[in-house]
Amino acid sequence: MGYRAGKVKIDWWIILLYGLLVGFGWLNIYSASLSGQGNGFFNMEQIYGKQLLWIVLSIVLIIFVLALDTKFYERFASLIYIGSLLSLLGLFVFGETINGATSWYHFGPASLQPSEFAKAATALALGKYIGDIQTNMRELKHQWRALLIIAIPALIIIPQPDPGSALVYAAFIFPLYREGLNYLFLTLALSLAALFVGTLVIGTQGMIIGIAMLLLLYFFWQKKNRHRIIWPRYIISGLFALGLVFCVHYIFNSVFEQRHRDRFNLVLGKTVDNNSIGYNTHQSEIAIGSGRWFGKGWLQGTQTKGNFVPEQHTDYIFSTIGEEWGFVGSVLLVIVFMSLVLRILFRAERQKSVFGRVYGYSVASIIFFHFMVNVGMVIGIFPTVGIPLPFLSYGGSGLWGFTVLLFIFVKMDSANYINR
Amino acid sequence: MRKNLLFLIVIGVGLIFIGRLFYLQIYESNYATLSDNNAIKVVYDYPQRGYVYDRNGLLMVANQPSYDVMVIPKDTKPLDTLEFCQLLNIEPIEFNKAMGRARRYSPRLPSVVVGQLTKGEFAGLSEKLHKYPGFYIQKRSLRDYQVDHSANVLGYISEVNDYTIKENPEYEMGELIGTAGIEKQYEEVLRGTKGTKYIQKDNYNRDIGPYKDGQFDVLPQRGQDITLTIDAALQAYGESLMVNKRGGIVALEPQTGEILSLVAAPNYDPALLVGRQRSKNFTKLYYDTIAKPLFDRVLQGEYPPGSPFKTLTALIGLEEEVINTKEHISCYGSYNYGGAKPMGCHEHKTPLSMTSGIAYSCNSYFATVYRRTIDKYETPQEGIERWRQHLRSFGLGDYLGYDLPAGNKGLIPDAEFYNRYYQYPKYKWYTPATISNAIGQGEVLLTPMQMVHFTSVIANRGHFYKPHIIKKIEGGTTIPEQYTIRHNTTIDPKHFEPVIQGMAEVYQYGTAASPDIGIKGIEICGKTGTAENYMRIDGERVQLTDHSVFIAFAPKDDPKISIAVFVENGYWGSRWAGRIAGLMIEQYLTGTITRKDMEAYVLNGSLMNEYEKPYTGQPFKINQ
Repeated sequence: MGYRAGKVKIDWWIILLYGLLVGFGWLNIYSASLSGQGNGFFNMEQIYGKQLLWIVLSIVLIIFVLALDTKFYERFASLIYIGSLLSLLGLFVFGETINGATSWYHFGPASLQPSEFAKAATALALGKYIGDIQTNMRELKHQWRALLIIAIPALIIIPQPDPGSALVYAAFIFPLYREGLNYLFLTLALSLAALFVGTLVIGTQGMIIGIAMLLLLYFFWQKKNRHRIIWPRYIISGLFALGLVFCVHYIFNSVFEQRHRDRFNLVLGKTVDNNSIGYNTHQSEIAIGSGRWFGKGWLQGTQTKGNFVPEQHTDYIFSTIGEEWGFVGSVLLVIVFMSLVLRILFRAERQKSVFGRVYGYSVASIIFFHFMVNVGMVIGIFPTVGIPLPFLSYGGSGLWGFTVLLFIFVKMDSANYINR
Repeated sequence: MRKNLLFLIVIGVGLIFIGRLFYLQIYESNYATLSDNNAIKVVYDYPQRGYVYDRNGLLMVANQPSYDVMVIPKDTKPLDTLEFCQLLNIEPIEFNKAMGRARRYSPRLPSVVVGQLTKGEFAGLSEKLHKYPGFYIQKRSLRDYQVDHSANVLGYISEVNDYTIKENPEYEMGELIGTAGIEKQYEEVLRGTKGTKYIQKDNYNRDIGPYKDGQFDVLPQRGQDITLTIDAALQAYGESLMVNKRGGIVALEPQTGEILSLVAAPNYDPALLVGRQRSKNFTKLYYDTIAKPLFDRVLQGEYPPGSPFKTLTALIGLEEEVINTKEHISCYGSYNYGGAKPMGCHEHKTPLSMTSGIAYSCNSYFATVYRRTIDKYETPQEGIERWRQHLRSFGLGDYLGYDLPAGNKGLIPDAEFYNRYYQYPKYKWYTPATISNAIGQGEVLLTPMQMVHFTSVIANRGHFYKPHIIKKIEGGTTIPEQYTIRHNTTIDPKHFEPVIQGMAEVYQYGTAASPDIGIKGIEICGKTGTAENYMRIDGERVQLTDHSVFIAFAPKDDPKISIAVFVENGYWGSRWAGRIAGLMIEQYLTGTITRKDMEAYVLNGSLMNEYEKPYTGQPFKINQ
C-alpha cells in the first residue's frame, strides 16, 4: 500500500489497522451484548446497534477532520486546549453522574465524555508549545511548563473522580522524553515505581538490604574503574531511596483506599480472591484461558453468553476475544495493536515539523498506554484500572475521541506527503 | 536512545502479553474446566430400571416411584424449622444435620434432605413446599419387589460411593447403582441410559437456554428387562425348607447349565433394602456376624466337600486305568496308610466293587483308588498334578464363570502347595500325606455351587455348559456366547456309567436307602456326604457337628435337575440334605409333594440349638 492512492495522499496502513480494530471490536461487542435473539444489527435498543451507529458517525467525523486544513490544528491548538479545559471544568456544574463519576454531558438521548477529547487537545497543545521556536526543551523551565500543560487536565479529571482517565496523561512522558526531557525524570519515575512495587513484594527490610547492596556495588564499580564518586549525590540518592521505602507502607496503608490496596495485592499474588474483589479478573482469566488455541468460535463463548465477566463489552472486551478467538485471535490482535502504534511512531519520526512529531508521538503513546493498561488488567498482570481498549471497547465518546486523535495525525501526515 | 525507547517498550509489552496469553490459554489447562463448571449445567433425566422375570415369566422385580426432598443451600431463606420439620416428618436435629451436610458438600449444588418418601407423604408435601425457597422434590425410581425371597440372587442397588465414581465417571454423586447380585452383574443392561441435557447458565446461575442448541443432549433410554433362569416357585420352596437352618441349595439344569435355584440360608426379604429404612436394615444385616445373612454361602462359602467327592476319585481312577469296574477291594473297617491313626470307615459289607463302593461310601475303597492314581507316577508331585489336571477340566479350583458377582475359587491343591507345606526338598512327602483328598476331607475345598456343577457334569456324562442365571435380555436373542459353548472333561464318557450306577444304588441299598428319601417313580442318583468341621473357640480348635451334604440329579437317563444341598452342622448326609434334595427334585419335576409328613418334618426342623452351642461358653456334645 503506497503513499499515493488516487489523489488522497494518506497513510493507508493506519487506515487499514484502524478499520480492522473497529470492525473486529464491533463483532465482539455484538457477541458480548447479544442476549437471546438478536433483532437485526441496527437495533437501537441494543448496545451493538448503538455502537454500529457510533461507528457510522465516526466516519462522518473522519471526513470532517480530514477536510480541515492542517494549519488549522496548529493555529488553534491553544484555543482547543483551553476549550477542552473549560469543558472539563464545566462538568462540575453541568455534568451527569454515571457509575459514580461525574464525567458526562447529557445531550438528549446521548452522553458525551469530554475527557476522551481532552487527550487530543492536550497533545495538540503540547505539540504547539514544544514546536514553538522559543521553546528549548533542554531548559528546565520549559520542561516544567510542558509538564504543566499535561498536568492541568489530569488534575481536573482526578476529582471527577476518574483516576483511570487521569492516569493516561502519564503517557505524555514519552513525547517529552523524546524531545529532550532530562532523563532524570524518567529514571526518577521508574525508580519510584520499582521502589514502590519492590517494597510491597519483599517488604521494608528486604528493600533496605537490597538498596545497601546496590550502593555498595556502585561504590566498588566506580573504584574499580577509577571513577570519582560524587559523595553528596551518592549519599542523597541512598537516603532518598531509604526514605521512600519507609514511606511506601504509610502511603499504601493510609493514603490508598482499601480497593486500591486490594487491587495491588491481587496482582502481586498476595491475596487470592475469586469471589468479591477478584471476581472480575478471575472470570476474565477463565474466559480467556478456556479459549485455548482457536477459541470457542464467534458467539459461542459460554463465559461471554452467560455474562460472567462484568463490563465485558466495555473495559473487558478483550476477554471475549480471548474466549471466542483463542490464542491465535488474541495474539493477532496484540500484533495489530503493536503494528498500529509502531506505524504511528514511524510516521511521527518522519514529520518535518516538531509540532507534528510531538503530536504523532503523543498519539502513539496514548494508544499504547491504553492498550497496555487495559489488556494487562484483563489478563491479570496489571491492577484494575477502568480505562477502555481503544477502538474496541463499547462507547461513543471513547471511539470518537480516539478517532479524532488518530485522524488529526493522519491529516498532518498527509500534508507531509504533499510537501515532499 | 531517545528515538528507540518507546519502540522497545512497545515490543517488550507485546511480547509479555503474548507470553501471558500463552500461559493462560495453552499452558494452563484448568480454565476450560472452570469455564464449563461456570456456564454449563448438566441436568439428568433418569430412566426406569429394567424389570426382572423368572424363567416362567413371573415378575420378580419392578419399580416404584419415590420422592426425595432436595435442597440448594444458597437459595434457602430463613425458615420456621419446627414447622418445616413437622411437614417433612423428621426431627429438627436430623434436619439440621442434613442441612449441615448439604452446605459442606456444596452451597450451590443440590443435596438430599429427606430421601425416598412414599407417594402418600409426597402428596401432602408438594402443595406446601413452594413456600420454602431452595427446596424442591426430585422423583426417583426405586425397586419394588414382587417376591419376598431370593435376596441373595437379586442383590440390591445403593448410592454410588466415591470410589466407584472415580472408576466410572459416568456416575454422579447420589445416583443409584447395582451393588450386589444380578443388579450388579447386569447393571449396564438394567440401568438403561440416563438422559443428559446441557443448559447454558448466566452469572446468576439462571438457565438461558440449551447449550449449543442441544446438540450434545442425550435422550433417556429405559433399562432392558431381563429374564432369569431361576424358578421362582422352586426358589421360594427351597427357602422355606431352609428356615431355621444354615447352608444352601443350588440346583442346575445339567443339559444347559441354567441355574434353577440358588438358596442361601439365612436370607432376608429384599424389600428391607429399599426406602427410608434401608440404611437401618442394612446395618442390622451387616453386623450379624454369626448368622451372616449377607454372606452368600452357596457362592462364597468354601467347605470340604466330603464324600460326594468320591465320585470324582472314582472317575479319575477309571480314566487313569488304576481300577476297573470288576475289581473288588476289601475293607477292614479302616484304611491303614501308615499314619498315626488309620482312616476310619463304617459298617458295611465287604469286599466292594466300584458301584457298591459308591453306594456304601467306603473310605478304604476310595483311599486305595486315590493312592494308586497318585502312585502311578514316579513322584507324588507328578501324580498330584495329573490328578489336579482332571479336576480342573471339570472347572473346579477356579471361578466357574457364572454371571453373578460373588464367588470363590475353592481349592484344588497342586504339587507346589504340598511342597511349600512340607518344606520340600528339605523334607520329602508321599501320597499318604494327601490321602484325605480321596474322600473330600483333605485340603480340597469346594463351594456348594461347584458341588452342583460337578454333579451336572456327571449327569451329562462328561461335558458341561458354564452355569449361568441369564435366560434372556430384552431386545436380545441370545445369551452371552460363553454360556453356549460346550466344555468337555478329560474323562472318557464311558467311565461315567458305573459311577452313575453307583449313585443310583445309593438310593437302593446304600447310604440313602431309607424309604422316605427316594421318590416313587423317579430314578434319582445321589451321593451323601458328612463333612467334619472345626471352629476356633478361645483359640482352641473345637470340632463341631458334621455338615450334612448331599448331591443328586434326576431322572437318571435324561437329567433335568441336578442339585447340591448343604446344611451346616446337620450331621449325616441323608438326615437333612438328602431329604431336602428329594423334596426339591420332586417339587421341580412333578410340582407336588407326595410325602407330606416328611415335608412337614423338614419344614419344622430347626438346627438353631446346634448353632447356639459354640456360643454358650460351656463344653458341648456333637453329632447327637
